[in-house]
Amino acid sequence: MKELPVDEKLAKKLRILADAAKYDASCASSGAPKRKADPDGLGSTTGAGICHAYTPDGRCVSLLKILLTNYCLFDCAYCVNRRSSNVKRAKFSVDEVVTLTIEFYKRNYIEGLFLSSGIIRSPDYTMEQMLLVVKKLRRDHGFRGYVHLKSIPEASPWLIEEAGLWADRLSINLELPTEASLGRLAPEKDGASIEGAMAQMHERILESKQERRHFSPAGQSTQMIVGADDTTDADVLRTSAKLYGHYDMRRVYYSAFSPIPDSSSVLPLKPPPLMRENRLYQADWLLRYYGFDVDEIASGGEKGMLDLEVDPKLAWALKNRHLFPVDVNVAEREMLLRVPGLGARAVDKIVVARKHTTLRLEDVARLTSGLKRARPFLITADHHPQGRLDRLDLRETLVEKPEQLSLFA
Amino acid sequence: MTLHRITLRDGADLDGFRKAVRRLVHEELAPQHVVFDVEAAPDLFGGEAAGEASPISLPRSLSEMIGRVVCHRDPERYALLYQLVWRVLNGERELLDIATDPLVHRLELMARAVRRDLHKMHAFVRFRRIRDAELERFAAWFEPEHFILEAAAPFFVDRFRSLDWTILTPIGSAHWDRDKLTYGPPARREDAPAEDEFEDSWRGYYESVFNPARVNPVAMRAEMPKKYWRNMPEAVAIPGLIQTASQRVERMIEQEATMPAKRTPERALEAMWDQEPKTLEELNAIIAKAGPLVPGATQAVFGEGPAHADIAFVGEQPGDQEDLQGRPFVGPAGKLLTRALTEAGIDRSHTYLTNAVKHFKFEQRGHRRIHSKPTTGEVKHYRPWLMKELELVRPKLVVALGATALLALTGKATPITRSRGRAKFGAWEGYVTVHPSYLLRLPDEETKREAYAAFLADLRRIHDLALADPDTGELPLAAE
Ligand code: SF4
Repeated sequence: MKELPVDEKLAKKLRILADAAKYDASCASSGAPKRKADPDGLGSTTGAGICHAYTPDGRCVSLLKILLTNYCLFDCAYCVNRRSSNVKRAKFSVDEVVTLTIEFYKRNYIEGLFLSSGIIRSPDYTMEQMLLVVKKLRRDHGFRGYVHLKSIPEASPWLIEEAGLWADRLSINLELPTEASLGRLAPEKDGASIEGAMAQMHERILESKQERRHFSPAGQSTQMIVGADDTTDADVLRTSAKLYGHYDMRRVYYSAFSPIPDSSSVLPLKPPPLMRENRLYQADWLLRYYGFDVDEIASGGEKGMLDLEVDPKLAWALKNRHLFPVDVNVAEREMLLRVPGLGARAVDKIVVARKHTTLRLEDVARLTSGLKRARPFLITADHHPQGRLDRLDLRETLVEKPEQLSLFA
Repeated sequence: MTLHRITLRDGADLDGFRKAVRRLVHEELAPQHVVFDVEAAPDLFGGEAAGEASPISLPRSLSEMIGRVVCHRDPERYALLYQLVWRVLNGERELLDIATDPLVHRLELMARAVRRDLHKMHAFVRFRRIRDAELERFAAWFEPEHFILEAAAPFFVDRFRSLDWTILTPIGSAHWDRDKLTYGPPARREDAPAEDEFEDSWRGYYESVFNPARVNPVAMRAEMPKKYWRNMPEAVAIPGLIQTASQRVERMIEQEATMPAKRTPERALEAMWDQEPKTLEELNAIIAKAGPLVPGATQAVFGEGPAHADIAFVGEQPGDQEDLQGRPFVGPAGKLLTRALTEAGIDRSHTYLTNAVKHFKFEQRGHRRIHSKPTTGEVKHYRPWLMKELELVRPKLVVALGATALLALTGKATPITRSRGRAKFGAWEGYVTVHPSYLLRLPDEETKREAYAAFLADLRRIHDLALADPDTGELPLAAE
């Protein structure tokens, strides 16, 4: 292919600063109010968000996810960008980020920008630079696409106030599920100021909704790293439940601590199995959409850890067999949601359809791909599991052969 | 009975199908007596289209399903849809609720396939800039699976309204000239530009966000099937990324547990925490830079008065006069306050005067700008600045003038009548009274006089409270 005039230096920076940002799991572009471009402007949001590409790790590329810089004065052990790490460093100028965002957007590569940064000079200075980027996009380019800002909790509160005016979503990463781990692995960070900033954002998001003003309309999200300390899954989920409850988080992301280049010696040597992250996401859904509480989910596993072989709903059902089988034609919605292999959407369709007809097993098969798991727990017009629920090898028959699962399906 | 033959236009002929359904229903022709044909340029129902049958009312969910399914490539789509319409109109009004019905299920799968194709088109179209074009113009080549070009195009209009673009596909083309959307004939790949100056950077980005420790091509292909790859500039990187992934991970693991570089730049770290504004000037510069929360104000109006005044008065927000002059309490309410202060024996120039909100918010009515009250969220937006401001002024007594000031100082909305008098605002000794503008708004002279007297009484107490014991520095507050 013919060489085209590309700004080589910019391309090189982009590689460094995209690489440095990729350990942030969040890439969602959802939740913003629907917007369209002005006649002279650029960009829209659709509400649901769009994945513009997928990388060979199965993850979605939706936003231009980059750091303003990966220079950092902090020394968080789990992070590639900590000051004691030996990675290559780079820094974008405000205009460079604006250009990349606009030009990528025009070519339909992205939904918008997810901007984060290492901390240079001071938290306030860094945050101001990030704000400059968003203001330029919005004011000078009439940019209406999605903007997610990772706020810096150590920055002055007025900067967080301002960030919410320009961004669609704000996030602050909790990073570690307990205060003790935070103290050990991220010496400059302080749990109280993180939660303080989350509370401030939460309060303002609520008020602006009532007042119909723009303040981080897509809410806030956060991320926890799993496997960098010895916190159990139950405690991770307890922290999540608190975050959902207190601060109305849209999403808590779990990021299995993964080997990073030039890793620190205070971290465990082996990464946790990716399946752990997967199970945490499934448990998180049970928490939010299926009416489970943390203790119920934890009871499916052992010693506070989730069962890696079967999904958390199935794990719970296997230990609560006395509550099954459940009759699809009469059971309450709440109980149907607890049947392994039945998703919330399938349950809703069942509840509507059974008003008009009596469901048979083949009917259920049309609504879910998880029939194999559901079968022993279900009664339909033409099916009853009989003694199968009491069989000792029931679990073995349901364990799926290990295959890689899509994380965000 | 003979078969009734309906001929529809090639592609997604929603209009033709709708007309046909009206006729067929009108003539009570059951699905088994109808065949649907598709032709590039149909001779509209062999000339019988002239008389149009009247519309029929269908449930919304059914119309939506028809709108989607007509875009599907399956040649049976019209026949299946007509079966569905027929059953819904003949006693099975709620048929669509029965997601388990084989016909509903099949059509739902078709609708879902079309929705997915639409979604993928919105996601995977890649524009390339047309070089040498005078204006900035873009074109893309895309191969949708179903007949979705017209259903997909409005999305691109909403998003790229200010750009001039064309989407070329084997089933037709769409063109937007920043004003009108028009459709043209099918195109060929060669009609679109072969490259774009930003594709290398984009590919570089794509390669960099891939985490080799989590390689999972199955999950990738589930969401981005191979058939789309040839029109996506980043996809050429995929084989290489997968091939080298395990090698890269091994290298990282080998490298693991290096000793952290001893990097403790003490001075920089210390300076990092020293970021707070140290003087009112520095703080005011930050406020000025942020601009008004609600557009319109001429300028930010800062606090005024000596830095370590004994009393700080906090009002609501600048008014019309304040906004123009850039000073607090210079309008009618400010004049009244100055007069009352003098009468109470307080020298205005020895106090610190400021507002909870630093910008004037108003509604324009003719030539007049009518003050409008800041919302709770707006007051709280300014609150961190007010807190910092008071921290820098360090007054002995903070006076809330009115409910907005009270909200700003406490973070909670409380009515004035209940909290009038002495108060505590966090660590500060405080006092709550009305805003002078309240006195101006009172309707008759009698109540006005009474309210003014009460306000004066408050100011006299404020004056007493703020007189610190010169030896101990303590307020005579306990003495009450
Ligand atoms: S503050 Fe910590 S987590 Fe953030 S970039 Fe710096 S070292 Fe990494």
